[in-house]
Order: sequence, then C-alpha cells, then structure tokens
Amino acid sequence: MRCRRCGNPGAINMRQHKLSLCLDHFPEWFLEQTQRAIKNYRMFAHAERVLVAISGGKDSLALWDVLLKLGYQADGVYIDLGIDHGSSYSARSKDKAAAFAAQHPAARLIVVDILHLYGESIPQVAQRRHRPQRPCSICGLIKRHEMNRVALEGGYDVLATGHNLDDEAATLFGNVLHWQVDYLRHQFPVLPADGQGLARKVKPFCRFYERETAAYTLIRGIDYIEDECPYATGATSLAHKETLNRMEHDSPGAKMHFYTNFLKAKEAGLFAAEETAPELHPCPQCRQPTSAPDLCNFCRLWEEK
Amino acid sequence: MHIVYRDKEWFVDQELTVNQMLKYLKLLPESVLVVRNGQLIAEDQKLQPGDEVKIVSVISGG
Ligand code: SF4
Ligand SMILES: [Zn+2]
Ligand SMILES: [Zn+2]
Repeated sequence: MRCRRCGNPGAINMRQHKLSLCLDHFPEWFLEQTQRAIKNYRMFAHAERVLVAISGGKDSLALWDVLLKLGYQADGVYIDLGIDHGSSYSARSKDKAAAFAAQHPAARLIVVDILHLYGESIPQVAQRRHRPQRPCSICGLIKRHEMNRVALEGGYDVLATGHNLDDEAATLFGNVLHWQVDYLRHQFPVLPADGQGLARKVKPFCRFYERETAAYTLIRGIDYIEDECPYATGATSLAHKETLNRMEHDSPGAKMHFYTNFLKAKEAGLFAAEETAPELHPCPQCRQPTSAPDLCNFCRLWEEK
Repeated sequence: MHIVYRDKEWFVDQELTVNQMLKYLKLLPESVLVVRNGQLIAEDQKLQPGDEVKIVSVISGG
C-alpha cells in the first residue's frame, strides 16, 4: 500500500476511503478534511472565537492542534473532575492539557476545578447521590453545564468538542437500539445557539474514524493520556464501538455509512425538531435554560448538600 | 521482535506482516495502530526479528 500522493510506503490505510497515506501526507489530508467539515457544516469562521473542550485525551488535543494550525482563534477549557481512583486520572490528564498549552503560546487554557468551585469532586457528588460506581450521568451534567458557562462568560462564539465518527456512530447505535427519538432529533455535528443561554456546539472531527485521530496525535507527537477514565470500564459505548468495528472489519465503510447516511436522512427531514419543543426558562440561579420547574438540574445537584 | 500491547508483551523471532501479527493476537486492525521502532506503519508492512513493536489501542469510551 503506497501513499496516493507521493508513492512512498503508506503509514495508514483507510479502507473505507480506499486511501493510503504516508507520514507526511496523512497530517496534510487530516487538516484539509477538518477544514472541509468546518466549512460544509458552517461550524465557525476565522473571525469567531472557538472554545475547545479539552480532556487531555487524543481527540481533544488533536482538535486543538488542528484548529491552531488552520489559523483559528482557539482556546481550551479543561474541567478538573477530581477523579483519582488510585491512578491520579484527573491530575495526569490535566498535566497533558497544560503541557500542550505551554508548547503553544497562542493557546490559552482555562481550568475549571469542580472541587474548588462547588466543594465536591465528581466521585464525592456521586457518593452523596448514592451512585459511587456510576458517576457518568452526574459527570456529564456537570461537564455540559460548566463548558456552556465558560463559553458564555468568556464571550466565545462556539464550543467545539473532539467527538469522532466512532463516538457518534456508537451513540447513534445506542439511540437506535432503544429508539430514543428525542436524542436522535438532537444528534448532529452542529447545534445552533438558542439565543437564551446555550452556546453553539460543533464537532469538527465527526467524520474521522477514531483510528485516524489517534494516528494524527501519534504522527504529530502530541502527548496525550492513553488511560481511560476509571469509570469508563464496561461502558455500553465501548461495547457498541466493538460491535461496529467487527462490522467494519467484514465490510469496510459500514460504520461510516451508518453515520453519514443518518446525517443525510436528517438533512432530508427525518427526526426533525418537534414543533412543540419543551418550554425552556432561565434557571433562577445560574441563568442557563432549563425545562425543569424552578432550578436547573445542575443547581439542584448542589442545593441538596 | 518485542511486541507490547497494554500491559502485555510477547517475544517473536520470525518475520511476519502486521496483519499476521494482529491475527495471531486476535486484534481487529480497526481497533489498533501499530508503531514500529517509533513510527506508525500500515498493515501490509513486514516486521523483522529485531523490531520494537508497540500496539496502540484507539478505542476510548465514556
Ligand atoms: S467515564 Fe464517566 S466519570 Fe469518567 S469522565 Fe466520562 S462521564 Fe465522567
Ligand atoms: Zn506521501
Ligand atoms: Zn442553574
């Protein structure tokens, strides 16, 4: 398998595209494809300020790197969840994020320390709420709220996350298995700002396989945290990814078509937003929109302390 | 060659392709990347007895 652009030995073969590329041409292609997704989905323009959600993992650091290389004004936000679990997971992932920022003088990293700000780390909140083994739904709620808060307070135009096609396809697979129509309505690479306190959200890597974002970080020598969050073991999303990869192995492109044809169907009107969307009002405490009566779910989390 | 994958390792002293190695280890090429002597290589490449091989898992969850 030779590089399609120069004929040297390929470093990565992407069977779904029938495309092999070498160590020089893969990163070039990767940047071009990201730019194309940003443009095709009208995610953001060069004049806009982008906030990148940084976890210290490969996808988020690759996204930050690519956006800076493409000349976008991109800052990072890292949410320190205070997860230790005997492996200093949060501390080590924060170090990776900080090390990346230190190497890129144009990039600013905003760190949100949940324990410091709200008095409890994620494991502590989960413990109090009797969910010590499965803190993920609480963690997700906190991350979404805090990223949105930082984006709005910092005057950013858009919040970008490093979700790749495997992430999106696994989510789609789970949503289809349970026919969660409400989630299917809201799954898309661009979610517009609502003008009432929800920032625009974009996923510029949504067409890359996870293997490709990993290859980019490897080739570029970006140091990321290879370990998983200790609470991710046994997550259904991992099982879905494995299932999809087995299908992909037998029929290259299966995973890609599953996701991209869903996007096409959505653009043609499938799972369009309901006309009678639930009524939102600003939370009296944090001002972020919520459908819950009175306080939003995030603020209620700390009320019960 | 010395092969490392997560916290496991193997020693192999015969020539084989990346694809053959992955098949032996029952790993899907879709779920991993293979790095030989510090450089990413594609599945058709040959591995030599002296090579230092690292298999990187690319699937993350959560
Ligand atoms: S795996 Fe769960 S606890 Fe860990 S970062 Fe993800 S959502 Fe949070
Ligand atoms: Zn090339
Ligand atoms: Zn609130």
